[in-house]
Amino acid sequence: MTNPNGRFGIHGGQYIPETLMNAVIELEEAYNFYKNDPDFNRELTTLFNEYAGRPSRLYFAEKMTKDLGGARIYLKREDLNHTGAHKINNVLGQALLAKKMGKTRLIAETGAGQHGVATATAAALMGMECVVFMGEEDTVRQALNVYRMRLLGADVIPVTTGTATLKDAVSEAMREWTSRIADTHYCLGSVMGPHPFPTIVRDFQAVISREIKEQLLEKEGKLPDAVIACVGGGSNAIGSFYHFIEDKDVRLIGCEAAGRGVDTFETAATIATGKLGIFHGMKSYFCQNSDGQIAPVYSISAGLDYPGIGPEHAFLHDSGRAEYVPVTDDEAVEAFEYLARTEGIIPAIESAHAVSHAMKIAPTMGKDRIIVITISGRGDKDCAAIARYRGEDIHE
Amino acid sequence: MSKIRKAFENGKAFIPFITCGDPDLETTAAVVRAAVAAGADLVELGIPFSDPTAEGPVIQGANLRALTGGVTTDKIFDLVRDLRRDVTVPLVFMTYANVVFSYGADRFIRTCAEIGIDGLILPDLPFEEKEEFLPTCHAYGVDLISLIAPTSRDRIARIAQAAEGFLYVVSSLGVTGVRSEIKTDLASIVKVVRENTDIPCAIGFGISTPEQAKKMAAVSDGAIVGSAIIRILEKYGREAPPYMGEYVRSMKDAVREVE
Repeated sequence: MTNPNGRFGIHGGQYIPETLMNAVIELEEAYNFYKNDPDFNRELTTLFNEYAGRPSRLYFAEKMTKDLGGARIYLKREDLNHTGAHKINNVLGQALLAKKMGKTRLIAETGAGQHGVATATAAALMGMECVVFMGEEDTVRQALNVYRMRLLGADVIPVTTGTATLKDAVSEAMREWTSRIADTHYCLGSVMGPHPFPTIVRDFQAVISREIKEQLLEKEGKLPDAVIACVGGGSNAIGSFYHFIEDKDVRLIGCEAAGRGVDTFETAATIATGKLGIFHGMKSYFCQNSDGQIAPVYSISAGLDYPGIGPEHAFLHDSGRAEYVPVTDDEAVEAFEYLARTEGIIPAIESAHAVSHAMKIAPTMGKDRIIVITISGRGDKDCAAIARYRGEDIHE
Repeated sequence: MSKIRKAFENGKAFIPFITCGDPDLETTAAVVRAAVAAGADLVELGIPFSDPTAEGPVIQGANLRALTGGVTTDKIFDLVRDLRRDVTVPLVFMTYANVVFSYGADRFIRTCAEIGIDGLILPDLPFEEKEEFLPTCHAYGVDLISLIAPTSRDRIARIAQAAEGFLYVVSSLGVTGVRSEIKTDLASIVKVVRENTDIPCAIGFGISTPEQAKKMAAVSDGAIVGSAIIRILEKYGREAPPYMGEYVRSMKDAVREVE
């Protein structure tokens, strides 16, 4: 998929300051060595299984299937992982890699706080220092996760620049990395940024689709007809898609956060409303104005509130191999409530975007068809915000 | 030959960086003229970007003020057309790759050449990605300025050999901003540069005082100052031009003495 310059079609690349170039080159060299190192892989597998609780369940959502009256629906339960989201897969991989490289300090950006919590967790486990950058607005929306990170020993730095959300947290983490490289690894949380990050993060998240394939073959004896996941930067989606890319009959559907709608300015749906650009180290699609200024995006979901999309998704979009659809706040909140009531599972509001699209297409598909929805994280963190959205003021 | 070399013919060069449109374009025009009258050898004109990842808080603030004030790429082109009626020192744009890319690289760089912009500095375009714009820059005769950082090590020779215009040597790790002390062994970096190219090299990032500028000019061909300049604009706003003139004169005087 990746060519030597870290390109996915025309997307990707390494558009970063010269100060960081040797750091990403060293990271790539270390990764290329350790990804084939049996000891590294053994250690990582042990962490995945014993610490994170893998493999995660592939759960047949029987009530939802009956209720929607179409395709059989399976939920890939990444919400059951330790720390409550898929983010831990990538973080354990990168933290282990950083440790092998002799780094003693992890820095990270976070939107909803799930990646920050995962990074703080891995740092605590491996005895590393940890600093997490989080948009000030997100520290308010996701106050519980801020406390969790601090409890785990991380410093959480609220970012007040720009829109004070995820993109600004990424910018600030990049700035911090340029000022301190020797002992510090930037543990990027999604399949974005400069090469080799989109490849490294994808490889660590690809465990999701590898497991889906094995588990579904065991349960149903065949491949799914569609795999659906939410997309911000796109790490749980690429993880869910990766081992199905060559299986051309499997539809791959990424659900973007449309916010208040793709015809409004309050949206974060990059494929639907963005155009080709260069930002945060990569060429890809970005929400931006006619002068190339990055747009202030919006979504109810802090984790999808990002103006770009990972370069491999941009390529899968260009080639037509994957479809990207917008899902609004309203639809996501309805799906959040629906899954809670129907299956007794409270998904992250991010994941609820994927649930919503499945609710639209499942009834149109035959009963012999199969949909897999990746539930990328659990929704405890979102309860207060969703209550507010519904006009109920609760305090944590 | 590159017109930029002219900037290095009056002793060691002093290069101010000014964000266009902070606080408005009329002030930018007046400040550039004041700086040039006071001895600035080359002016870096910043086209603001919403998310300037290589900048510290001071220049981030300037970007924000300029964008809030409604500055656009086309308005900055008009500013340069106006400046070129009397300003003859080399002028370069400093901006981010997306500003050029989204305007259309060909259209952007062709316009640069037409209005008298001599070079382009893009801090998020490293050696590995320069092909994105280099062929277009060559087609229109605009220099694409390369940067070298304290972490460049084995990359210095390769970057220097391919460099054009002048080489921008980043003095310190981190983002732009005033620093009390610059600890990087810049003399060793410049030595490798000199072994590989005869184009001039100037040092930037962290320089604010005449003493620092003098030290930097002693090991290179000039000093670049951004954040300290922006602070004058931040402090005096539309009244900044005379203060800018005074500051630039003190800095140029400091580097002029250096052999």
